[in-house]
Amino acid sequence: MNKLNLDQEKIVYGRQLAGNIARGVQQHIDAHTTVSVERAALRLLGVDGVDSAGVPLANVVIDVLNQAGLLGRGALYWVVNAVLQLSLTPQQVAQGVADGAIAIARLPVAPEQEIADMAGNLAEAALSRIRYRRREREQLIAELGKGSEPMIYVIVATGNVYEDAVQAQAAARQGADIIAVIRTTGQSLLDYVPYGPTTTGFGGTYATQANFRILREALDEVGQEIGRYIYLTNYCSGLCMPEIAAMGAVERLDVMLNDSMYGVIFRDINMKRTFVDQYFSRLINGYAGIIINTGEDNYLTTADAVESAHTVLASELINEQFAFLCGMKPDQLGLGHAFEIDPQVPNGFLYELAQAQLVREVFPDCPIKYMPPTKYMTGNIFRGHVQDTLFNVCSVMSGQSIHLLGMLTEAIHTPLIQDRFLSIQAAKYVFNNMRDLAGEISFRPDGFIRGRAVQVLDEAVALLERIDEVGLMQALANGWFAEIKRAPDGGKGLGGVIRREAGYLNPFIPLMLQGGESR
Amino acid sequence: MNVDLTKILPYGDTLGDGIVQLSFTLPVALSGAAKEAARQLAAGMGLEEAAVVHAEAISDRFSFYVVYAKCRQGVDLTRVVVSEANTTVLAKAEVDEFIRQRLGRKLNVLGACIESDAHTVGIDAIMNMKGFNGHKGLESYHEINAINMGAQVACEELIRKAYEHQADAILISQVVTQKNIHVTNLTKLADMLEAEGLRDKVLLVVGGPRISHELAKELGYDAGFGPNTYAEHVASFLVQELKEKLAEQNGGPLN
Repeated sequence: MNKLNLDQEKIVYGRQLAGNIARGVQQHIDAHTTVSVERAALRLLGVDGVDSAGVPLANVVIDVLNQAGLLGRGALYWVVNAVLQLSLTPQQVAQGVADGAIAIARLPVAPEQEIADMAGNLAEAALSRIRYRRREREQLIAELGKGSEPMIYVIVATGNVYEDAVQAQAAARQGADIIAVIRTTGQSLLDYVPYGPTTTGFGGTYATQANFRILREALDEVGQEIGRYIYLTNYCSGLCMPEIAAMGAVERLDVMLNDSMYGVIFRDINMKRTFVDQYFSRLINGYAGIIINTGEDNYLTTADAVESAHTVLASELINEQFAFLCGMKPDQLGLGHAFEIDPQVPNGFLYELAQAQLVREVFPDCPIKYMPPTKYMTGNIFRGHVQDTLFNVCSVMSGQSIHLLGMLTEAIHTPLIQDRFLSIQAAKYVFNNMRDLAGEISFRPDGFIRGRAVQVLDEAVALLERIDEVGLMQALANGWFAEIKRAPDGGKGLGGVIRREAGYLNPFIPLMLQGGESR
Repeated sequence: MNVDLTKILPYGDTLGDGIVQLSFTLPVALSGAAKEAARQLAAGMGLEEAAVVHAEAISDRFSFYVVYAKCRQGVDLTRVVVSEANTTVLAKAEVDEFIRQRLGRKLNVLGACIESDAHTVGIDAIMNMKGFNGHKGLESYHEINAINMGAQVACEELIRKAYEHQADAILISQVVTQKNIHVTNLTKLADMLEAEGLRDKVLLVVGGPRISHELAKELGYDAGFGPNTYAEHVASFLVQELKEKLAEQNGGPLN
């Protein structure tokens, strides 16, 4: 697909710059761990449950180790030592620490190699469970098939997981291919993952392992009924990115919102924390065969969609390189962008189509995630339905992959069941009516759309050059994305970043870098 | 066309026809009985000649209806009273001039989405330079020192910042209203400002798609702004309130 006749060397050059930028941050990543990375490692080993005060056992153990200043060796070093010394499982060790029965820091220490070998064995066993879930997905898709692109992605957000399951099944029966359970507002800033099934949330439902399992079962059930595998999506973002990834891998989620910079920019989470967290979370997502979605669409809710279009492309190229450093493959990268141009702009649709086609052509093998209008949606639901229709048209004309459906009531409330129904019906109408239109289209070499795409590509590469000069952390401090400035030592969660010491033990990292494909 | 303002009715295509359109979902499978239930539901709302023009299954457990009907209960428009924040919109130059003349220093305005709310579209539209829809934000006013704290700001943090910048006004945005979470958040802030003895020292304003002036007053705020509000509305309100405040303090300009 090369309808815009883009300068391929320019794209290669942009990728090189983005690669330099990501590797610049990787040095920081490789030298540090975080409380959430360590908690995720414990969760992967099967540590689950909460103590008598409701604190997750993973938090209890990591807090003890962190307060003792021991996390620089990696939590697995201490926990696996306890496993060896006491002949217990990691879960029993965690329980013992929580009960006060085990003083994990004061146990005799086994020889280093013995600990490393045992940790490697436990990690390998844990990863085999994730590979099993991955194969299970592949088999179900082979058996049932999945939605055709653009895949219809809708959100449920009742706050009650059981109600979510009902609405998710209804949406799948109406034609949705991907269901995302939006998280309750505020969860991204919790430095722990809530436990168990939950029925109270605001603007969404808590991401918990039990909730993941309930939705997975509901979608597997409806998938069998309608003969189509339904993707389940959640939010691998915020202070607990790596832990959410661990939970999602085990519960066979299919798609995770998982951006390398979103939390920094939009949630004011410290960047040194987020960069380390995103790495481990993407290792897990990559290994589990999960498609990640990046959040560049959000840039256009704070910055102008015409003026700042190039920041979206530049950020997508950086996000891609960060993902490659985690061993992810292009077919797992649902890079994000959005239809957010002010409806008053003359030829706004031409700008939108140019951007959508550009992103499609720069990332030909990626399941691009296309987001609907939000910023200029109003209480006029009738006009909103038309705005969404233009978005649907643009998506099918430019071959987008993951299509988050716009809702006519976007500016009013979380979707009512009929909002979702009407939106799915409208999108299916457009997609079916225009199914093969993209194949009929070529763009005039001297036309507006090609000219605009070339301009955005040029500006994106120029921005990447500037970022490469100052480094990504400084670029974020300068407010070059979304016009929001973040200081390298500002924001939430910096206290949870720990320098790795010599002998840092986390066998998951090298094992997951080998990839989770069927062997 | 002679409209009777003492009995105002919806207009479809003839004066006084009272035509309204409704759509809703029933949590039952589509059936003849369900369709009739939809019609009776409209009748129960006091609507006449209800016609279910569309009925469709959403799934095996839900069905969707579009209904047209005639409304007969008119409203006496001459007796309607609404509670709105001031409506005199001043030009940016007037706002700046007033602050310069009467306050003699910049007006410190703090903005935030508080507590659980993570949606900054509204506060950004009011606070940021660029504004929204061609209406520049408060940052673009020469005499306003606009500080946008962004999303999920804890009330404690906001109050710290209010002290630090000697805020004259605090603008709160609340977008998520599911289960009335906005009421909880807004009440918390108002109570904390009261406890800190700050409430009378600042103008407290809330905005959001589901916010009305009436609700804001009920919750102890000075004003509430709903949809289609731009920075100039808020700025105009602030300086006019300030004017009254200054007048109360014996009219002398603050220096």
